[in-house]
Amino acid sequence: MDRRAKGLRFGGIGAWNQGETAFIQRLDVMALQLTNEHVDAIRRSAAEGYPNECCGVLLGVGRDGLKEVREVQPLPNLRGKSERAEELLPLTASSESERNRFLIDPEDLRRVEKEARERGLDTVGFYHSHPDHPARPSGYDRDHAFPWYSYVIIAVEAGKPGRYTSWVLQDDRAQFDEEPLEIIE
Amino acid sequence: MAVKVMIPTPLRQYTERKEAVEIEASSVADALQRLTAQFNGLRKHLYNDEGKLRSFVNIYLNDEDIRYLQKDKTPVNPNDVISIVPSIAGGSGSPLCICN
Repeated sequence: MDRRAKGLRFGGIGAWNQGETAFIQRLDVMALQLTNEHVDAIRRSAAEGYPNECCGVLLGVGRDGLKEVREVQPLPNLRGKSERAEELLPLTASSESERNRFLIDPEDLRRVEKEARERGLDTVGFYHSHPDHPARPSGYDRDHAFPWYSYVIIAVEAGKPGRYTSWVLQDDRAQFDEEPLEIIE
Repeated sequence: MAVKVMIPTPLRQYTERKEAVEIEASSVADALQRLTAQFNGLRKHLYNDEGKLRSFVNIYLNDEDIRYLQKDKTPVNPNDVISIVPSIAGGSGSPLCICN
C-alpha cells in the first residue's frame, strides 16, 4: 500500500498506535513549516478579504515528513466573479457566495506553478479564510480537496484574523486529519 | 506513439512517484480510463461514485482546457500532453468537523 510504504520510509512515525488502520493513518502525518512572515501574509490576506473568503497558494518544497513553505502567494477569490466561476464550478445553493466560498481559477494556479517551478518550488498547499466561522474544514472543503496538500484555514472574527489550522485529506476522502504546524522565525 | 499525462504532486503517491505517465489512447477519456486502470489509487480522487470526473478536476490538453474543446471526447494525438489541474475550492458552512 502506497501510504504505508511512504510512512515507513519516513521512519514509522506513530508506530505506537493501536491497530493496522490507525497505524497506516498516523504514518502519513507530515508537518507544515511556515515562518512568522508567512503567517503574517495569511493574516493580512484574511483581514483584507473580509467579509469575503480569501485564498492563496503555499509554495515550497516537500521533504521526508515535512512540507516547507517558502512563499505565500495570495490569489483572487474567483467566486465573486460569477460568470467564470459558474463555468468552472457552479454553486449549488442560493446561500453560497464569496462570503462562504472560495475558488481559485485553474489558469491562475497554472501560471503560479509554472513561475514557481522556475524557482525550484512546488505547490505544497493552499490557504483560505472562514469569515466569522471556526478554522475547521467543512464538507464542502473535503469534497473539493486532493490528498497530500496542506489546507490552511484561518478564522476571521469581525474582520480580525484569529486561529489558524492546517488539514490534510485522508486517502479514502472520508475526512481531514489536522496537521502539525511548525512556525519558525 | 503515446500521449503524456502529467501527474500533479499530490497524486504521485499513486503513480509510483512518476511525474508523467505515457499512455496509448485515442481520446482524453480513453487516456484517463487507461491511466486509472493502471494506477487504481488515482480513481477515487479523479472520479466520483457515479464514475464522472469530479467537478473540481479540470483536464487540459496541451494548453487548452478540454471544457472548450470536445470535453473528454477530445481526440488526442501522439506527443500531446494532458494535465490534471484542480479548481481549488472550499469554504465555511455546515457540516463542520469533517476532521480528526
